[in-house]
Amino acid sequence: MIGPLIFIACLAAAIAQHNAAPRERITLLPGADGKPGAVVVATAKGETVLDQPYRSAQVGGNAAVTMVTEPESAVRQRYAPVLAALPKAAAVFTVYFETNTEDLVPESAARFAQIRDELARRPAPEVIVIGHTDRVDTTAYNDALSLKRAERVKQLLVEAGIAADSIAVAGRGEREPAVHTTDGQAEVRNRRVEIRVR
Amino acid sequence: MNLIKLTSVAAMPLALASLAALVTPTLHAAPVPDDAAGIIKTAKGSVTIERAGRKSAGAEGAIVQASDRIITGADGSAGIALRDETRMALGPNTTLAMEHFAFNTTTHEGRLDASVRRGTLAVISGKIAKQSPTAVKFSTPSTVLGVRGTEFVIDVEGDGE
Repeated sequence: MIGPLIFIACLAAAIAQHNAAPRERITLLPGADGKPGAVVVATAKGETVLDQPYRSAQVGGNAAVTMVTEPESAVRQRYAPVLAALPKAAAVFTVYFETNTEDLVPESAARFAQIRDELARRPAPEVIVIGHTDRVDTTAYNDALSLKRAERVKQLLVEAGIAADSIAVAGRGEREPAVHTTDGQAEVRNRRVEIRVR
Repeated sequence: MNLIKLTSVAAMPLALASLAALVTPTLHAAPVPDDAAGIIKTAKGSVTIERAGRKSAGAEGAIVQASDRIITGADGSAGIALRDETRMALGPNTTLAMEHFAFNTTTHEGRLDASVRRGTLAVISGKIAKQSPTAVKFSTPSTVLGVRGTEFVIDVEGDGE
């Protein structure tokens, strides 16, 4: 009679032990842009939202979720090796255009030396050239114009000594204005090309 | 812009190696092909890419495809940048399985699915999550994570696979 009891006691102890250490832990960090992010953690037992920095959802062996908030230093220390391996954010250089042209405003041309330097500093570097327009004209026209502007900047980068086959281009049209305007409005700050070195 | 297809993905590491060997005044960078997911930016210690049952070294500059597995050893870590600027880092003893990746550079629509079988993965979400948060999912053996534009760490104990 004692055998099964010992077995049950051991099993209970084993389960308690098993549950003590989380098997999985999801920890939210503050975003670099300072905006509060969130992660929705769904398990067999339901959904939990992580929306405070340094808060963790710890999932035990029975899929139960425990929420824990830790000091920043504890989180940074535990995950130091993995956080150190994160690639750097893209360096973004922006150049501007005269209305309805592919001509850069004069001061924008000075950016190219900085772009070369940034490129030389990075491991496995990529150059992505992304064109944008203001909201004068149609979406389709602006898609084409934004791509033409990006191609124009690619040419300039090639002239500055960056290999043509190492530059990717994209056109975002009027989808991502730097400054919000009404439709049809000319806005120099939106007629731009981003050069992202990453 | 997404129509360009690389005819031979297998030739990519070779092409990169020969690029690196060139010493010219022209600066070379390596854009990730439109049909790939991303690129390894940093690699320390043992890092392996498994693709269709074949293993190769996950060196700096190696291309990551949408269904690759990336595995680090006890001394390993790796930093990966995806085409939508999602940034990820694998800590030691980690297995990351890429499951799906698509990204439209004009609209920023796309999809990213990946799972962490064991180890630690730090994630800084990119442009897909910004455009459509429900299009990015990370999973672990017992959770599915919905990403709402953010930075987080996934930590899975045990041997996994």
